[in-house]
Amino acid sequence: MTTIEDTNTSQQRSKAGNMTMMNMVGALNLAMDDALRTDDSVVLLGQDIGQDEGVFRVTADLLARYGKDRVIDTPLAEGAIIGGAVGLAIYGMKPVAEMQFSGFAYQAFHQVEQHVSRFHNRTRGRYPMSMVIRMPYGGGIRAVEHHSESREAYYAHTPGLHMVMPSSPRNARALLLESIRCPDPVIFYEPKAVYRSFKEEVPEEPETMPIGKARIAREGSDISLIAWGAMVRPALEAAEDLQNSDRVSVEVVDLLSVSPMDTQTIVHSVAKTGRAAVVQEGPRNCGIGAEVIARIVEHGLMHLEAPIKRIGGYDVQFPYFARERAFLPSAERIANGLREVIAFE
Amino acid sequence: MPRKPIKTRDKLEYLSILDGKGKVDAALDPNLDAETAIYLYRLMLTARRLDERCINMQRQGRIGTYGPCRGQEAAHCAATICMDPEDWVVHAFREPSSFYHRGWPLETVLKFWGGYEEGCQPPEGVNDLPIAVPIASQLPHAMGIAWGMKLRGDKRAVLCYCGDGGTSEGDFHEAMNFAGVYQLPVIFLIQNNQWAISIPREAQTASETIAQKATAYGFDGLQLDGNDPLAVYVGTREAVDKAKAGGGPTLIEAVTYRLGVHTTADDPTKYRSNEEVKKWEKLDPIPRFLNYLLKKKILNEKSAAKVEEDVLAEVAGAVERFEESRDVDPLDSFDYLFVNTPEEVKQQRDEFAECLKQEGIGAGH
Ligand SMILES: Cc1ncc(C[n+]2csc(CCOP(=O)(O)OP(=O)(O)O)c2C)c(N)n1
Ligand SMILES: [Mg+2]
Repeated sequence: MTTIEDTNTSQQRSKAGNMTMMNMVGALNLAMDDALRTDDSVVLLGQDIGQDEGVFRVTADLLARYGKDRVIDTPLAEGAIIGGAVGLAIYGMKPVAEMQFSGFAYQAFHQVEQHVSRFHNRTRGRYPMSMVIRMPYGGGIRAVEHHSESREAYYAHTPGLHMVMPSSPRNARALLLESIRCPDPVIFYEPKAVYRSFKEEVPEEPETMPIGKARIAREGSDISLIAWGAMVRPALEAAEDLQNSDRVSVEVVDLLSVSPMDTQTIVHSVAKTGRAAVVQEGPRNCGIGAEVIARIVEHGLMHLEAPIKRIGGYDVQFPYFARERAFLPSAERIANGLREVIAFE
Repeated sequence: MPRKPIKTRDKLEYLSILDGKGKVDAALDPNLDAETAIYLYRLMLTARRLDERCINMQRQGRIGTYGPCRGQEAAHCAATICMDPEDWVVHAFREPSSFYHRGWPLETVLKFWGGYEEGCQPPEGVNDLPIAVPIASQLPHAMGIAWGMKLRGDKRAVLCYCGDGGTSEGDFHEAMNFAGVYQLPVIFLIQNNQWAISIPREAQTASETIAQKATAYGFDGLQLDGNDPLAVYVGTREAVDKAKAGGGPTLIEAVTYRLGVHTTADDPTKYRSNEEVKKWEKLDPIPRFLNYLLKKKILNEKSAAKVEEDVLAEVAGAVERFEESRDVDPLDSFDYLFVNTPEEVKQQRDEFAECLKQEGIGAGH
């Protein structure tokens, strides 16, 4: 068992040994396999996660390996999956529930808000809500309505929950395993556009990383760009482009966990660069970007040489997929936003 | 192709043993031993006296809004006594004596309505869920606990309370459906008290009975006289035995009546008639059960008076202990949110502590 210690280089070789190249789907599957193998209180629940292996195949082979009492196909009712998970957690099990898409998790939102986030507090510590609610979120897969939204702010706004958003295969695996081991409830938002978009080396040995720690995805000195989830890839691309075209050095902060949020890493970066921008997929109003900026202003205002810019994240409904490519923040749009902040004198 | 009625596999029955006129069906009488019978009467009376006391305390501003259970004592007391300690009871919010029976100190009920989270903390070793405020949201939890029992192979059962209004919520249907699909050891006990605030039972569902909803989910439904403690006892007992033997869930509809206000913030004269209330007062479970016990010579006038005296003393003691436990620390609102409290919550706790200091607010403010 190892921990990703140097969060700057998630590509770093694990001391533990063999690495395998895999995409995020494989990495998430590996984390659940680790958990099912090592902790017999872990059960997976969800729609079509067993025989069908999940609509994105994230639970591939797990039914075959662990049987139908560990990998449980449920009827089609999100509220009962999460409400049932509350009961299972109270009874001492460790449910890992899959919502087929984050857009359908609202059918269970009342259970999350009224019970998952509260039972430990309500019962003065008697019933911890140790569970993970996994769900694919975000745009970019040409899906029908309700399959493309990013609503992490709903969960981050709810006291009592952790809200985790991995960005790459290796951190997805480490964070999911950590989330399953966490005694508190974790909403685990999986950037489905990243599911199969690239591969990364992931250690075969179980590896975790702490919830609530951001990572510096790329070091830079002129401006800090804060991103999370699926936006980390275009953010890194924009940073690379700006380096090449404008000789601007962009530091990319990957939040990984939007609640709790790693204020220190963000502010530390801004103290170094003096400028900042935030890119987000979800709506701007009261979004995570607003929270990031609030923290920079509270703790690092005097370091700022320019106003902070919010890139992307319009306060309209996510369009149907014919318009989604134009809508989603691209590397080019991010680079242009960064240029604006850099140009400010 | 023929057209013919569809027969369903699942049972749907009605049960009454001790009727409103005091007549007993001797063949169905469970003949409770004297100790159990007196204990059940005592539990029912405790709920009644505590209720009365709480309404007064609300008027005096000593607790907040209170939801009384007057008229529903048989429905909740006779059910909870069917559960063993290793079983679980999942509560709605009108079952004060169920908490008491299960081992929660009586004052925890006062603490809940008095505005203290302490009223939701089960004592060590007690397997229960506290009052659930969002209607019917506790049914999936009961189902989930029963699911855990089934997955672990534990021979236990869950009793879960809900109201008639609660049967309209999605959570009711989703929990029933999962319980049926996985054949879980859970008993859903609906206290059909005819009203959900101002909405009468007929306006809540077009079903002739609530019990018949079980049929749709593939298990047995039982409608019983919820003001008849013997029927509630027998019906619940059978359902528990069946659940523990692997026979799956049961939906019990206990037909009863809320004799009092919905809560102390409610004025029922706006939506229901006095005649209706009068009619149901004649079916009050407490005198009905007392007369049965007197007739059976399980109690006499003197021993009944002694029960009354003991109950009043117990309620008075609970009120006293409640008043003595008002000193709480506002700072500990930060201490139970997480098992592992994140740094930022700890920092906010420090900030709040500083505010309290400046404002001169301490424990027992
Ligand atoms: C989800 C939800 N909606 C509304 C309320 C407000 N409310 C409290 S009690 C109640 C009526 C409940 O009726 P019923 O289930 O029949 O229970 P009873 O009050 O009769 O015991 C309502 C609407 C609530 N607590 N939860
Ligand atoms: Mg009712």
